Amino acid sequence: MNTVDAGDRDRLVPAAAALSIASESGTGSALVSFRTLLAKEMLRFWKVGFQTIAAPVLTAVLYLLVFSHVLEAHVQALPGVSYTAFLIPGLVMMSVLQNAFANSSSSLIQSKIMGSLIFVLLPPFSRWQLFGAYVGASVVRGIVVGLGVLIFTVGFAPPAFAAPLWALAFGVLGAAMLGTLGLIAGIWADKFDQLAGFQNFIVMPATFLSGVFYSVNGLPEFWRTVSHLNPFFYMIDGFRYGFFAQSDVNPWISLGVLVCAFVVVAGIALNLLARGFKLRQ
Amino acid sequence: MTAIRVSGVTKRYGSLTALDSVDLEVERGEFFGLLGPNGAGKTTLISIIAGLVRATSGTVAVMGHDVVDDYRVARLSLGVVPQELAFDPFFTVRETLVFQSGYFGLTNNRAWIDEVLANLGLSSRADSNMRALSGGMKRRVLVAQALVHKPPVIVLDEPTAGVDVELRQTLWAFVRRLNREGHTIVLTTHYLEEAQALCQRIAMLKSGSVIALDTTRALLSHIEGVQMIVRARGVLPPSVLVHRIDERDGAIVLRLAQPADVGRVLADCAAAGCEIEDLEVGRADLEDVFLQLMADRAESERIPVLANA
Repeated sequence: MNTVDAGDRDRLVPAAAALSIASESGTGSALVSFRTLLAKEMLRFWKVGFQTIAAPVLTAVLYLLVFSHVLEAHVQALPGVSYTAFLIPGLVMMSVLQNAFANSSSSLIQSKIMGSLIFVLLPPFSRWQLFGAYVGASVVRGIVVGLGVLIFTVGFAPPAFAAPLWALAFGVLGAAMLGTLGLIAGIWADKFDQLAGFQNFIVMPATFLSGVFYSVNGLPEFWRTVSHLNPFFYMIDGFRYGFFAQSDVNPWISLGVLVCAFVVVAGIALNLLARGFKLRQ
Repeated sequence: MTAIRVSGVTKRYGSLTALDSVDLEVERGEFFGLLGPNGAGKTTLISIIAGLVRATSGTVAVMGHDVVDDYRVARLSLGVVPQELAFDPFFTVRETLVFQSGYFGLTNNRAWIDEVLANLGLSSRADSNMRALSGGMKRRVLVAQALVHKPPVIVLDEPTAGVDVELRQTLWAFVRRLNREGHTIVLTTHYLEEAQALCQRIAMLKSGSVIALDTTRALLSHIEGVQMIVRARGVLPPSVLVHRIDERDGAIVLRLAQPADVGRVLADCAAAGCEIEDLEVGRADLEDVFLQLMADRAESERIPVLANA
């Protein structure tokens, strides 16, 4: 790890010290670079936590209050599971996904518009470091919001946590998937309007129509087929398996679809970063 | 060893050529000036050196490391003060600098950060949020961000544009000290007197091409002698008007070969019954060189433009 402390400076001419830093750019300093960007991205959303954490938790709790009140007596999506209990993991995962997307996309578009992206473009970040830090912070925000929703909703219908590792795997991978989509959207968009378009016309419908509020098995044949083409459906369904050990689709299939989708979007994001698409002219 | 080597760099944006086959070398430890009018390509060149913009053709190396193929070491060697006043509104001054330091792989950099803060007069604002700072203070933070990893090569793109005299003096004192300690400094500025006072060598850019590259002293020697600005009542005699090079606000600008000619001009004016109302005598400065070079170039460029029309 390269450090410059007061003692070093007294012994070395500064330019020579800097040169030694430059030439010793080993893995230690690369790890520090990555950790710093990750920490900065996390501190960024934490500092405005009212908006980035508390607000989405409140939204999800309101959904639960309204939908469970109206539908509890009329709908049973999974055998032996109350509608409220069924709805909670769906809302948790929806919050995880939407907030993971919002984190990387809004961070990038803000720093693009403010001009502060230059502070990330001047240091020697590799595409992997940029990808890891932006997506990593998105995963953390998604999980923090998801846990917040869970904490404030468990009282309504205590969850079973029948297969918690499945819930964790889908939660983290789903957040990574949406964090990556947010990264792509943030790189592509030049203004907030374009980003809002991406969010409202792609991410929002895909999450709403993925079985958060219902089981797709209860849908007519046509819409069931359409739902199965939506990768978000597999994220929600797989996450829900972690709670009830029951799902519309075998969780291994859902995991396979999610991993494949993640590999594709991660490949696109890494390619954009390597080319400096819209970042370096 | 060369601090910055720019070899045959061309940058095109569609049909616009921002840089046209630029060759340039900045030696280690130099204080180098990059001058030119707006749109000459200075910022494009700096952006290519910093890896923010990719050249259409040609190569750039910083401390011997190619800015594309060996970007890690090239960027570690370089600190850039950008022209645009950018800041991250979420953080304090110190957080901004600690993050920037970490981006370059440095930890335990507090002592140097404190020293940079003190040298730029920022110590008392270290814990202020960036949003709360004035424009001048934000610019100081930009300078601090560029220096936080102690780069051997420091590029300042118009660092004193729109800042007060106090910051200018603080900044130049600090940058001079860094230069004395071995850092290479590249400066672009609109204030030619700053370039003349600070830079050992100067490149002048115009329309994407280097039109002059020499030591500041050699550039100044192109315009030898004395410059004399005379405001007179009556017509100046022909023996004086042969030295006329320009006219400014009704005053005649003369260029004389040597200081002794001043007395001769005054005597000729008196003999011709021409009463002198105001008089200014001085040496030619970088501004004269700059204006002359830009004008010379405009003259030579005008011919093909007219021929095409």
